[in-house]
Formats: sequence, structure tokens, C-alpha cells
Amino acid sequence: MKITNEIAKQIKKDFPIFSHNLGLVYLDNAATTQKPASVINAVKNFYEKDNANVGRGVYSLANRAMKRYDQTRTVIANFIGANSGEIVFTRNTTESINLLAYVISKIIPKGKDEIVLTEMEHHSNLVPWQELCKRNGFKLKFVKITKDFVLDMKDFNSKLSDKTAIVSIAYASNVLGTINNVKLITRLAREKGAITVIDAAQAIQHIPIDVKHLDCDFLAFSGHKMMGPNGIGVLYGKKELLEKLSPFMFGGGMIEKVTFNDASWAKTPEKFEAGTQNIAGAVGFAEAINYIKKIGIENITGWEAFLLKYALKRLNEVKGIKTYHPNSGEKVPVVSFTLDSIHPHDIAEMLNEKKIAIRAGHCCAMPLMSVIKANGGVCRASFYFYNTLEDIDALVDSLREIQEKFK
Amino acid sequence: MPHEAVDDMYREEILELYKSPSNFGELKNPSHKHTSYNSICGDEITVQIIVKGGKIDDIKFGGSGCVISMVTASLLTDKIKGANVSDVKKMKGEDVLSLLKSKLTPSRIKCALLSFEAVKEALK
Ligand SMILES: Cc1ncc(COP(=O)(O)O)c(C=O)c1O
Repeated sequence: MKITNEIAKQIKKDFPIFSHNLGLVYLDNAATTQKPASVINAVKNFYEKDNANVGRGVYSLANRAMKRYDQTRTVIANFIGANSGEIVFTRNTTESINLLAYVISKIIPKGKDEIVLTEMEHHSNLVPWQELCKRNGFKLKFVKITKDFVLDMKDFNSKLSDKTAIVSIAYASNVLGTINNVKLITRLAREKGAITVIDAAQAIQHIPIDVKHLDCDFLAFSGHKMMGPNGIGVLYGKKELLEKLSPFMFGGGMIEKVTFNDASWAKTPEKFEAGTQNIAGAVGFAEAINYIKKIGIENITGWEAFLLKYALKRLNEVKGIKTYHPNSGEKVPVVSFTLDSIHPHDIAEMLNEKKIAIRAGHCCAMPLMSVIKANGGVCRASFYFYNTLEDIDALVDSLREIQEKFK
Repeated sequence: MPHEAVDDMYREEILELYKSPSNFGELKNPSHKHTSYNSICGDEITVQIIVKGGKIDDIKFGGSGCVISMVTASLLTDKIKGANVSDVKKMKGEDVLSLLKSKLTPSRIKCALLSFEAVKEALK
């Protein structure tokens, strides 16, 4: 069903946080999303009815827990057009990228020693690669962004070469809202024989994703940014690549056979999942995806585009607001801005007095802040489909009041 | 954190002080100097001090930051100008926070203590 403002108001009622925090205007969805009652109940029900460790017991309860865990893998795989054997559970996007950065050297052909990232990466898709460079003597290259806050594809082509080992980019920027042309980038990278990694942390909750269509090698995302519980995330990888990689954590659950002096690994994806897993988290994650499917990801995309347009229009009515957001191309509903020379922290704190939650600071993208010349950080309002036009009105009205106070 | 307390943080007198802080600027020949950074928000405060006869003879601060960090820097520098260095060294975080007379949310305490950190480092 197409979402309207009235329907968004109804949807909000599915999220208990709003009845426990009356008047809350939650605009920090890029940091984490709120959870519908169905997800919270799924986690609760799991602990109450099905809790056992997985892969270790023969009793019915353990089998049920195992089944729920495996079902989640299938639900996630279907959601992104993958096979369930290609879904590795992690804690979050950060862990997914770290896992990869630890083990990826094995599949990099000799002679390739450059990693191409972009200026708009989150620290999570930057620091793990810096560390890989320190270990392997690789070099980082950064694709520039244009004045309109989109990737400079000319610059991308000039940074890409036969030496490129890895291209790792954000599907969508957590600061600028820009959606990158991942399909094109993946194709160009592949032509140079580079491995492609997509940080989908800010895209998966907003737009349909099909890994076969994108033809990327790896893709990472977090459950908590798409209404799932904390502490459960995914690393998708093409089966043949995951099979070639070695595990990066060792212990129970990831082995095939162990002697006192050696061990062999379980199959993919289990070989990457050492130790007791976040089973309840996985169960909640599956429920979050069911919730998205029930609403319809296209409907989510549609309403968010409307919200974003409205937000930009209203924000730009305020003299003294500068937005850091592209005018062209596709975008996720994330708007960063500054107001006069008022420090972002002061704005966030004063908005908090009105129960409006936004992010202020460098948003885990410090290098990007210097590129867009916002060294004191930015304010960031990020929306999800349960946000309403009234939420945006509340934000803009309060910004005007804050501006008055500083005059 | 009670609602009124946070509201209090941006009361008129604080905002006025933010717009025209005391001791903002530079000293010609500081005997002590330090710059402190708050990596969370990019705030930066430089403190310059002239120590004479064991006392803070003059002090100025510069840089950029939020209301809380700038106003605290203004209040702190006013408070310690003329004071014995040994007394300043004995000051604690709470003494500085009490100058603001507002309750701070935990995330802002670091902002409030930025100038104090710079003073302590400068006097080391
Ligand atoms: C683009 C991007 N990548 C990675 C991350 C890291 O996600 P997590 O903290 O869930 O690991 C974030 C989170 O803000 C993000 O926005």
C-alpha cells in the first residue's frame, strides 16, 4: 500500500518507543532505526519458547533454535537475491568489513596492491582498509566528490587501474545521502579484475537491493539500521569467493574435525561463525525483514522520497541554512546541514529540549568533513518511513527559534 | 537529566557571554601555551598564559567551539586570572563545571572541560 502522511502516522503506532516517549521526533535513523513491536516480540518469544544453542544439541529445542537461525539466513538471502550459503552472520557492518579486510589477501592476485575507496566513506569502510595497507604495504586511493556531492566518475576512472586490488564503496553516504551508481562502479572495477565490496549500511533499509543484479563480490549491512536488533549484521559474499577465503576467528562452531594439533574448517558460511552466535538477534532480524516486506520496500522508497523533498524545501526556506546534499541523482533520506555559524552540538542540544533527536558532529566521516569544509561537523536529520511531515515541520520551526536566540 | 536543567544551559546570560566572551584573543608573549582538541566535535581551544611570581598574570583563549566550551573558557579564564598557579593546579573538573551553573548532559561535559584541560596542560 502506498504510504501517505496518514498511513505513516498509523505505522508509527507499531513502534513502542513512540508511546513510551510521547512527542519524540526521531530524526537519527541513519544512526539506528526504531524497532516495531513485532521484532521486539520475536526476540522475546524466542527466549521464552525456543531458546537453545545451535548446532550442538540433538534435543527438540536445539533443533527448533537451529531451524529459526537457518530460516533467517534464507529470509535475508531472499531479500537481497542471494543464496543462503552466501550469508555470513556478523555483529554489524563494521565487523563484516573487518572480517573481509583480515582474510581478503588470499584472493588478491599478485601485482595488485591498490585499494580504491571514496572521500565519502564512513570510518567503518576506511580504517579496516588502512590497517590492511599497513600489514600488506598496499596503497589507498580516494575517489573525489563533485561540488554537487556526488562521486566524480571521471576521477573514479583515473584512480582505477590494473593495480587495483579492491574497490570498496558506500552504496549510500551516511552524511550526504548520495546513492552511488554501484552497478556501474562494480562493472568498471571488474573489467580491471578488482574485487568489489559494497557498504550497504545506509541503502538496504531504503531501496531494493539485488546482489546478482549488482554483481558485487561482497556486500555488508547491519540489522539495527533496518529495524532489527543490535548485534546482528551480514556479510554477503559470492559463494566461490567465500569458499576460497580462510576463517578469521577460530573456535567452536566453525570446525569440521579437530585433533590436538590441527583442525579443519566447517563449510561456508559456518566457518566464519566461530562461537555461540546471536541467535535471538537473527530471529529478530528475520522479523524486521518480514516487516519491511509487509510494508513493501517500494512503498518505503516512495514515501521517503516525498519526505526528503519536503524536508529540503522546508529547510531551504530558512535563511542561513546550508545543506550538504546533492541536487541531482538518487538519494536516501539523509540531510546534513549547518545553520549560520551556530555549532552543530548547540543546535542538537537545543532541539533536544523540544524532544527532537538529530545527529551532530562528524558522523563518523571525519575526512569527508574537511572535503565539504564543515570542520566543526554538521547537523544531520535522517528519516525513515515512519516519519511524518509534522516531524519535519517541528524540526524547521525549532531551527528558526534557535536562530532567533543566537541573533 | 531533568528537562529544566538542560533548558537552563542556553539561558540569556550564557548566550550573551557566548556572543562576547571575556579574555578571548591572543597574548603577545605567553610564558605558557596549550591547544586542546575535542575529537568528537572538532572543537579546538588554545590557552595562552603569562605567569609572573607564581601567579596567573594574564590569560587569553582562542579557537572555536560550541556555546558550552566557549562560555566555560570565558568563565574559567576570568576566575583564574590573578590566582596562584599552585591553586589552579589543584582545581578539579567539578570546580569548573560549577562555574556554568547548569547541569550538563554527559556528552557535553567534555566540551565544558576543554579549556580546563588546556590550562592544566599549559601549566605542566
Ligand atoms: C555508511 C556506513 N557504513 C558503516 C556503518 C557502520 O555500521 P555499524 O555501526 O552498524 O557497524 C555505518 C553506520 O553508521 C554507515 O553509515
